This record gives sequence, C-alpha cells and structure tokens, in this order.
Amino acid sequence: MAKLTFVTALGKATTVDATAGETLMRIALDNGVTGIEAECSGSMNCGTCHVYVAPQFLDWCPPRSESEEDLLAIAASELRDNSRLSCQIVMRPEMDGMVVHLPESQF
Amino acid sequence: MSEHVLVVGTGQAGFQVAASLRQKGFAGDITLVGDEAVPPYQRPPLSKAYLKEGREERLHLRNLSFYHENRISLLGGRRVTALDRQAKRITLDDGQCLDWDRLVLATGTRIAVPPIGGVNLPGVHALRSIDDARRLRDEMATMRRAVVIGGGFIGLEFAAVAREAGIEVSIIESAGRLMARAISPQMSTIVQAIHSEHGVSIFLNSLAASVEAQADGRVYGVSLSDGRFLPADGVILATGVVPNTELADAAGLRVHNGIITDRYLTTEDPRIHAVGDCAAFPDPFGPSLIRLESVQAAVDHGRCLAEVIMGRPSPYAALPWFWSDQGRYKLQIAGLAAPDDAARLTQTENGGQVVVRSRNGLVTAVETLNAPGVHMSARKLLADGPSRDIALSV
Repeated sequence: MAKLTFVTALGKATTVDATAGETLMRIALDNGVTGIEAECSGSMNCGTCHVYVAPQFLDWCPPRSESEEDLLAIAASELRDNSRLSCQIVMRPEMDGMVVHLPESQF
Repeated sequence: MSEHVLVVGTGQAGFQVAASLRQKGFAGDITLVGDEAVPPYQRPPLSKAYLKEGREERLHLRNLSFYHENRISLLGGRRVTALDRQAKRITLDDGQCLDWDRLVLATGTRIAVPPIGGVNLPGVHALRSIDDARRLRDEMATMRRAVVIGGGFIGLEFAAVAREAGIEVSIIESAGRLMARAISPQMSTIVQAIHSEHGVSIFLNSLAASVEAQADGRVYGVSLSDGRFLPADGVILATGVVPNTELADAAGLRVHNGIITDRYLTTEDPRIHAVGDCAAFPDPFGPSLIRLESVQAAVDHGRCLAEVIMGRPSPYAALPWFWSDQGRYKLQIAGLAAPDDAARLTQTENGGQVVVRSRNGLVTAVETLNAPGVHMSARKLLADGPSRDIALSV
C-alpha cells in the first residue's frame, strides 16, 4: 500500500498507509493524524484541512480550483505556493512516499 | 482526583468539546455519552453525499483510535434518563450512574414531526440520523415519486439528490416561499426557479393534511388541506427540528427554545454548560438569545467552551455561517439577518448570485449562490459583527 507522511508544525512525522481513491483529508482523519480539522467534511466550505505539499510532490496534485483559492485566501495559517486543501487531493498509488506538512493552526 | 468532564451527546458539538479540550492540553477525564450507537459522525452529508454514495465510513469525524489515544471514553447507545444536579450525577438507561465535575449538554435536536395523520406509515422518512439516512437511501433505490413536507435546507437538498436519481419530487411548503426562515425573498425566488427547472413541483402556501396509506399499509400519497392529493411511494418529513431540552428542564435549568446559557455557554449552574443545536445563547452581535443549527456553531461552541473549562474564558463571539449544497448549487450565508432586514441582489461576473442584507446602513448578512469567494470575503468582513463596509467583491 502507498505510504503518506504527515509532518506537524513542530516537526513530528507520522507515516500512514494511504488508501488509493480517498482524499488526503480522509486519510488523515482515519489515521488519527492531528492538525487537520476538516470542519465541513470536504464540502469546500471551511478551509480547515490546509496542508503544505512538499514541493517535489506538487506535480502529482491537480491544480488548485478557483474555489480552493478562495478558501485558502482566508485560511488561518500563512498561504504559500504549496498550500493545498487536503480534501481536494485524491490519493493515487503513484503518490507513494508523498510528504505533506501541517500548518500551525487551522482556525 | 482529576476533574471529570461529562458530555451528553455524541454529535459534532459534543465531539468538538472533547477534541478541543485534549488539543488544549486538558489533563482530566473526558466521557462522551449518547444514544446513538455509532461513533461521532458528520450530519451534513446525510442529505447530500451520503444519499448518493452510501459511503458510511466517510462520515466519521475521527476513527476509533483517536478516542483511545486521546483518552476520551465513548459510551454509545446509551440514553441519559436522569440528571441530579445536587449529586452531580447522571443515570443511564442501563442503570449505570456517572458522576461529573463539569457537565456539558450537547443533546442536539430531533425532528419536529408535523401534527398530521399517517406520519408513522412505512415509507415515511425523517432525515436526521445515520439510521434515518440508511433507511431512506435503501428505499430510494426503488422509489418513483417522493413528496417532501417542508421546503427548507434538508428538504431541498434531498430534492436535488432525488431528482438526480430520477425520482419525481414534490415539495409542500406552508410558507409563501422556500427557506423563508433562513434567506431573503430574492434568494428564495432564485432557488425556487432552479428546483422548478430541475423538475421539482413546488406547492407554496400549502399544508399537508395527512399521509395516506394503501391497502397493504404502505404510503400512497399526501393529502393537502385544500383537498388536493399528491401520490407518492416515499414521503420525507423535513419540517424542521426541536431542541432536546427535556433533561435540562427536568433538572430545573432555564429552557426557552433551547437550554439557556450566558456568553460563556454556561447555564445558571456554573458547572453545567450547553453547546450546539440545543443551546440558546446570547447573540454576540445583538441583544437577544439565539439558537443555531449549524456545523459552525457546533465547532465554535466546542472550542470556546474548552477554554472556559480550562479557566481561560472569553465570551463566545463567532460569526454564524451556513451552507447548503443543492445539486451543483452552493448556497452560503455569512452572518445573521433579521427577517425584515433590507436585501439587495447583485450578480458576480461568473454567474453567481449575491444578496447583501442590511439594517440601518450596516451589513448584517450576505447570502451567496455559487459565489464562494464572496462568501469567504463576507465572513472576513463580518467577523466582528455587522459592518458599514459594503465593499464586497461582487
């Protein structure tokens, strides 16, 4: 199974088995990864599943939609070029080894 | 002995109190008890994604190991039958007693069943819990004609999913427009036109008189008070909810359309709190008590109360916001407008609709349809209350 690593703002890394076809948000919630709030359960209403995708893996992700840009614009933590909403990235087998960093705060 | 926070209700508000307490480093004991057998889950998708996909595992707020790792003891499938404030003890339906140092009432709401005949017939559905949604989803596989009683968020969200599934849908609404409690007349008109275009028959100013059964006892249709009859093999009760306040009431706490709290989500008993859909709390931006049915309130109440419990209280001050996804239409509301607040309709460049609500020159709320960027700007603009700035990027 593909591996996915979440790194907290304090540098603590958690590597989990990532089910292909699920979003990074769902994978985080299903594996007890803290630091993702996901208030609206991936319905693009809250912006509290913000992650920073490690730059070398960005090409594996689909581009940000306009709605995602809107939500990221008022996210609680700094907006960076590699900012993404984890509910908008679906895990694929070839993403094995991907690393995402969690922001300091989601709200 | 360590402090024990006992939360009654395992919905999103109860969950959030427990999760936020641990996030903020609360070291005492936490128990979540509730009558639903499944671990805390998200309700909004029940009338949307879940009805389409049926993916129950996607509803869980967290997996079970989260509760274990965070030392949150989860007692599902248990109803609280008594609340003794003197002894600081609750009794569960299996006879077990639990003592608390802090009690959090997160008892939520239940369906307001309309006072008409036939609501208990097979084929008549509510849409509040995962059990409700499971039953409804099963029957939608063979359902041909649905009648929805109530033209609010839930009724319209169901209508959108049902139409996509090829089910004929009629909506009976007693008011003169859809979602009258939540949005402006202008936005009601727009949403009504969309649903009509998608083939939903909408009966405004109409009252359901009774749900009728055929010979085998199954639902056959709905009679209206004006004598009309709408045939149906499925009926959805979407006439709103009432807060579960009985426990608080019986314990002598003040109750009026919700369990009454102060700005710190605390009842007149300093060790008892109320959060989420069941709480009637002071409007941060107005003079009255309000009760909200929303994920936003559940989550923000939970966070606020966690600070209160940990001895760092600040008054609840979050801006209300709401959403309702109806098919490919996203209705969002930032702020809280009074029914008679002015409403000004504009369009965005890419076809979104925006209604700015105002009173005495202050923007009180912004309703948007397929304009998420404007919604997010409005949430920022209104975060500290009604605003004079109407420079919303429309």
